[in-house]
Formats: sequence, structure tokens, C-alpha cells
Amino acid sequence: MTSDLLLDMRDIRIDGFSDERWHPIIKGVNLQLRRGEVMGLIGESGAGKSTLGKAAMGYTQPGCKLTGGSILFDGMDLAAMSEAQKRPLWGTRIAYVAQSAAASFNPAHRLIEQTVEATNRAGLSPNGNPREDAVELYDALQLPNPSSIGARYPHQVSGGQLQRVMTAMAMSPRPDLIIFDEPTTALDVTTQVEVLASMRKIVEEFNTAAIYITHDLAVVAQMADVIKVLRYGEEVEEAETRKMLTAPEMPYTKSLWSVRGLEKPEETSDDLILEVKGVDAAYGVVKVLHDVSITMPRGKTVAVVGESGSGKSTTARVITGLLPQSGGEVLFNGEPLPPQLKNRSRAQLQKIQMIYQMADTAMNPKQTVGEIIGRPLEFYLGFKGRARDARVSELLQMIELDDSFFDRLPSELSGGQKQRICIARALAAEPELIICDEVTSALDQIVQEGILKLLLRLQKEFNYSYLFITHDIATVKAISDEIVVMLEGKVVEQGLKSDVLEPPYPDYTQLLLSSVPEMDPDWLTNLLDARAG
Amino acid sequence: MSDAPETYSASAEVGAVRVRRTRTQRAWIVLRKAPISAWFGLLVVTFYLCVAIFAPFIAPYGEADSSFAAYAPWSDEHWFGTDQIGRDILTRLIYGARNTIGIALATTLLAFVIGGSLGLIAAINRSWLDQLISRAVDVLMAIPSLIFALMLLSIFGSTVWSLIVIIAVLDSTRVFRLTRAVAVNVVVMDYVEAARLRGEGLAWVMRREILPNILPPMVAEFGLRFSFVFLTIAALSFLGVGIQPPTADWGSMVRENASLIQFAQFDLRAAFTPLLPAAAIALLTVAVNFIVDWFLQQTSGLRDDL
Repeated sequence: MTSDLLLDMRDIRIDGFSDERWHPIIKGVNLQLRRGEVMGLIGESGAGKSTLGKAAMGYTQPGCKLTGGSILFDGMDLAAMSEAQKRPLWGTRIAYVAQSAAASFNPAHRLIEQTVEATNRAGLSPNGNPREDAVELYDALQLPNPSSIGARYPHQVSGGQLQRVMTAMAMSPRPDLIIFDEPTTALDVTTQVEVLASMRKIVEEFNTAAIYITHDLAVVAQMADVIKVLRYGEEVEEAETRKMLTAPEMPYTKSLWSVRGLEKPEETSDDLILEVKGVDAAYGVVKVLHDVSITMPRGKTVAVVGESGSGKSTTARVITGLLPQSGGEVLFNGEPLPPQLKNRSRAQLQKIQMIYQMADTAMNPKQTVGEIIGRPLEFYLGFKGRARDARVSELLQMIELDDSFFDRLPSELSGGQKQRICIARALAAEPELIICDEVTSALDQIVQEGILKLLLRLQKEFNYSYLFITHDIATVKAISDEIVVMLEGKVVEQGLKSDVLEPPYPDYTQLLLSSVPEMDPDWLTNLLDARAG
Repeated sequence: MSDAPETYSASAEVGAVRVRRTRTQRAWIVLRKAPISAWFGLLVVTFYLCVAIFAPFIAPYGEADSSFAAYAPWSDEHWFGTDQIGRDILTRLIYGARNTIGIALATTLLAFVIGGSLGLIAAINRSWLDQLISRAVDVLMAIPSLIFALMLLSIFGSTVWSLIVIIAVLDSTRVFRLTRAVAVNVVVMDYVEAARLRGEGLAWVMRREILPNILPPMVAEFGLRFSFVFLTIAALSFLGVGIQPPTADWGSMVRENASLIQFAQFDLRAAFTPLLPAAAIALLTVAVNFIVDWFLQQTSGLRDDL
């Protein structure tokens, strides 16, 4: 077993610098990886998975330093080597695939030049010619037109294709180890499947060892042979994938696994709060919504699903008045809403509140939590001074936080807490309809579950109606009563959750549903077989 | 294993909570780490401000007291001698700090009020109004500002007020450009959209949502702009259309005593006299720039020590 050990990290300790002092980020983690083995590293954000992944290259990002431990890569101790000694290894024997391919490519050079750069620099030439080899890699990664795609520039291919080109770049010098750092997180589900399949294929083909970092359990189940769970910079447990999925040992791991079990019994109602009737909308001359009609029962959740670019968020912008429709109308409580935001009354604005995907940018970084939640109280309901503060602390309790958050700035909150504050801000206005635009997709799964449970509880207590925009089917199952499927600015179907999620499906719904990874290590294999057959 | 709770709890989630410190504590931490150039700048600016504020108490003679012999050499009674009509140079240097800095400060503030508010409005509006203001600013900027200022001053007369207004309007064009450029990046943020969805008015969005988030570059620009305004006023005074006699100011002092340089071969110290106000101008400009550099480094997040 030890003979083919490729990477042996022992007692790794890494400190990060913030708030004028050094904090431990990784607190003594061991990691062993054999040749050809794929290890999944999972955990919440802040668990240290990316930091540990980068440490496997002997690299720490600025603001971090390795304070202890040894990193034996093929017998060499990277922890003891200088950067000049490590550099020849990087990009050739150890490669790294980053989360955002778009930000990692140089926009001024053609893809093929960037693909073979490291290989040429090191003077390696698998199969004689790196360029021909790159084309073969493109082919193996199922990129369209493998012989000519390399001549394009990064902005001329899609996000999923770019991520595959980056994998080809990493694979070009035939490294012993590849580190995938959340490579599919930024992609649509339908694209993710293709990228995952091609990554797995190529890793198997060349018997490359890999560390796959993600927070998506279902994804890691498809990719990894072993899974290591991290939390607070420490190892929670490590086990072979099937064993980990079926019989996790630690309570924390079990709680991670339970998230996907959340499901809400569906209900409907004839009392409609919102009707979108035959709405067309355009950005300038580009028409993005075509005859969109959606009905929303009061006190229920309607989930709008679709890929990015399908018009989900645009529909929300029309409802809120940010983008006046060019045709059709929006009825709220039976009355038409003025298309222009500035023509709507304060009462109309108050009844429809919005929660954003990125809680980071949805809160003014210079305002405290008290000010953020207090403003709608002041603005719509005329709360002042002590009455306002008392109401803010009530709202903080409703979202399961306490008064100690009152004076904090957004930068002092975790991702889940930020989203809760945004929810509290929406609740403060005492709305009837809350539009949730991908509110959980930027969060870790365990945090997502907390937010979804909170939203469900609030709905039960206060009879809010949610328009829930998402691309994640697990979220849809957890929260919705009705589902609207959108594609290219049109509504494909709307119906009760059970009707939409069960066959017979329209083709697109079928594709969307089947692309959602499941917690079954054989899921991807079976899916690919089914699609091929 | 850590002693952290095994189950999930929203308030126990890891957030980077900073240690609560009072404003003075924070200021002291920042100051202690300030580079020597910043300390130098702060000292110089503080010194100038003290001199400007307490001028009547520090100055040995009256601002326009011309009861002494003209062109007196440096002596115990007149440390830096007297000027062409017998006024004490040291006294006028001290009063000059008050006038020149005061007028420059007022001008810069006015330029920021005009340029800043128009810039914010243009950034939020982004329609024909933005186009109109931006193109008007382009036109103003196309004319060399010193020559334009000379022309306007000769039309409206060289009073202190017309000096302040004219330079402020000309300099507000640059403030406008900066404000608009940084504000458009903030305007697209979700929290600004959220404020608009809430139905907030323009004034709130400008003052509470955008302004706090563009403050660092604005403060830095304030320092730089102050230096430029200061130099412009000195230059206009040197040309004779700036601050008018008998009010003391450094620019006109350089002009009035410039001929003393020719006496260098007879009395070296006398030749230094016209250089003193020039040095005062240079020192303040350098000091302000040191502070601005340090401030920019602090707020831009660029650090050398990591």
C-alpha cells in the first residue's frame, strides 16, 4: 500500500492573517493519496478545504503560511523546498484547475497556446507534439470541433467548455496529481454533467491522482474513490466513498447527508396573490421574455426553475418593476401593477419584497445589521427610536439570531447569517409576496437547509407567498408547492410539484431533472449509459 | 475533533467578528503603523494649521503694518527682513498661511460639493442627463484651466469670492469625473437596487447607500485636489490676479520680492527671502501628498507586509 503512495501530507498546520493577528486555518490534518486515486475533500466554506488543496502543491496563498507538517510528494518534501525548487513541479507534475475558468485564462491568447504553455516551458512532449496532443485531449474531453476550438479566444467559448479546456491544460503535461478546486460550482446543472463525465473519463484514462474539492456531496460521490470531510480546519472523518455515503460515522457527517431529505407536502389554493399574464419583455432590442404567464396561489411557494439565461430573474425584474414589460400585465391581489417602478405606490412596493442570491452585495457594507433591518421599519411603518430597535430584535429572533448581531457589519457575518439578515430585511416590511432569487445557491448545503427550514417556518406562521427562483431541484423539492419550468424566455410548463416532477415530462424538464446529481456513486455512470442508449 | 457543536446553529456559524475597538484605539493602531513619510506629512499639516488658526497671536507685527524701512535685511527685529513697502516678511508668511490655506480649503470644498453631487446624479441617472453633464464637463476640461481662470477673473474681477467660485467650478470637473467613475460601480450593486425597490428617494440613495462606499477614493482625491487648488491660487497670485493686497499670501509674496534674488552676491540671506514663501508652498504640497499616499495604501488593501 505504501509503495504507490504519491502524496503524503502529515500534520499540516496553516495559519492565516486577519484582524491584525495569525489564526490557525488548518489544525493538523493528515492526507494520503495513492497513484490514480481520486480523493474528494468536502466541508463548509471556511472549513479549509481549498487551503489544504493548495497546500498539496506546497503552495499557500498570500496571507497564509505553513507553520508545521510535512508534504511528501513522490518522496520530495515540498514543505522544505524553496519556491524556485517547487516551480518546475507546478503545472507539470502537479496541476491545478480553478473554480472560475473565465477568470483564470488570459483573454489575449488563444486557448491552445495556453493549453500547451506549461508543457512547452518544461520541454515535455508527450506523443511528440504538444499541440497535436492538446487536440487529442480536447477530443477526449468531448469538446466540439477539437481540431479548431484551440484557435479561439477564451471569451468565444462557453463556461462549461472553458472549464474543460482548463482540464486539458492541466492534463497536457501528464501530471501525477491534479487538484480540482470546485470546478463545476459555477456551471449549470445540464453543463455540469458533461464536464463531470469528461473529467472523470480523462482522470481514469491517464491514471492520474486527483484531489477534488467541492461542497456538493452528490458531485463528489460521482468523482471520488475516498471522501474526506473537513470542518473548522480539522478532519471529521475519511472513508471509501460507498461506505461514507451509506454509513457515515460522525454526527456532523450525518447532518450533512440529511440535507437532501427535506421535503414539503404540496398544497395549493384558488386565492391568487399574483398573476403574470402574457408578459413580454426586452433588454433594448433583445427580447428575453415571450408571453410568460404564471399564477401564484396565496401563502404558497411557486418555484421557477431553468438554466441561466432562461428568463427566471428577468421575470422577477418585471414583477418588481425594475424592467417594465413591453406587453401583457401583472396583477397583484387582482389589481394591475403599474409597469414602472416610479409609478408604484409605497404600499404596493411594501407588499412585494425581494431576497437576492448574493447576500454580500445585497447589503450595504457600511451599514450595521440594525440599520439594515431598521430601515424598512422606519420607511414603511414609521417605527422610530426604541420601538424600532425593539422590532429589530424581534426580527433577529425570528431568523434565529440574537441581539449581539445588532451592531455588526455585513463583513463580520458568515454567508448563512448574511442571507438571514436579508430575509429579516424583507420581513421587516411586512410583505405578502417575497421573491427569492437563488437565495440558497451561494451557500453550503448545511446552511442551505437551515435557510430553507427558516423560510418554511415563516411561511407557516405568517402565510407569506414565495416566488422561488432556483436551478437546484433538491431545493425545489424541499420548498415548493408548484413549479414553473422556463426555457429561453418561455414557460415550458407550470403545475403542482408532483405533476411536474413525475413522468410524463416534456423533453426539457426531463433533461433538467435527470442532470441533477444524486447521492449515488453509480448515478453518473447509469445516466451516461441511459443517455447513450 | 474540535469542541464546536455537532449540530447546526445559525448564530454559531463561523463569522469573522472583529474585536470591538473604540475609534481612538483604532486610530492609534493605524497611526502606530504609519510610515515615517506619513508622520512627517501629518506633523507638517498640523503645524501649518496651528499657524493659520493662531496667526494673530503668533505674528510679531500686524498683517498690513508698513511702518518699517523697505527691504530691511534679516535682523533680530525682522527675522526675515521686510518687503518692498516695509512690511515684516515673517508676519506676512504667517498670515499668508491663513489666507492661502483658508481660500484653498473653501475652494476645494465647494468643488467637491458641485462635482460630487453632479457626479452622483449622473451615475444614478445614466440617461440624457448623464450625457448632458458629462459632455459639458468635457467641454470645460478641454480649455486650459489656468488660462480660462485668468480670463474669467479679468471679467468678474479679482475678489476673493469670484476667485473661490471660478476655481471651484473649474476644478469640480475633475471631481465630477472621479465621482461618476467610482459611483457607477456602486450603483449596480444589489443593495442600491434594493433601496430603489423600497422606494427610497434620490437623496437617500446618494447619501446613505453610495457615498459611504466611495469615500476612500474621494478623500484621497480631496487631498490631491487641495494641493492643486493651492498651487493654482499661488500661481494666480503670482500673476497678480489672485488674492489682492494688502491681504498677505504666498504667491504674491514670491512675485513682490522676486527681485531680491539679484542681491545674492551682496547678501545671501536676502536672496533667500522670496524663496521662503515658495518653500512654504512646496512643503505643504509635499506633506499633503505624503498623507494621501498613505491613506490610499491603507484603503486600497494593497499591503507590502504580507
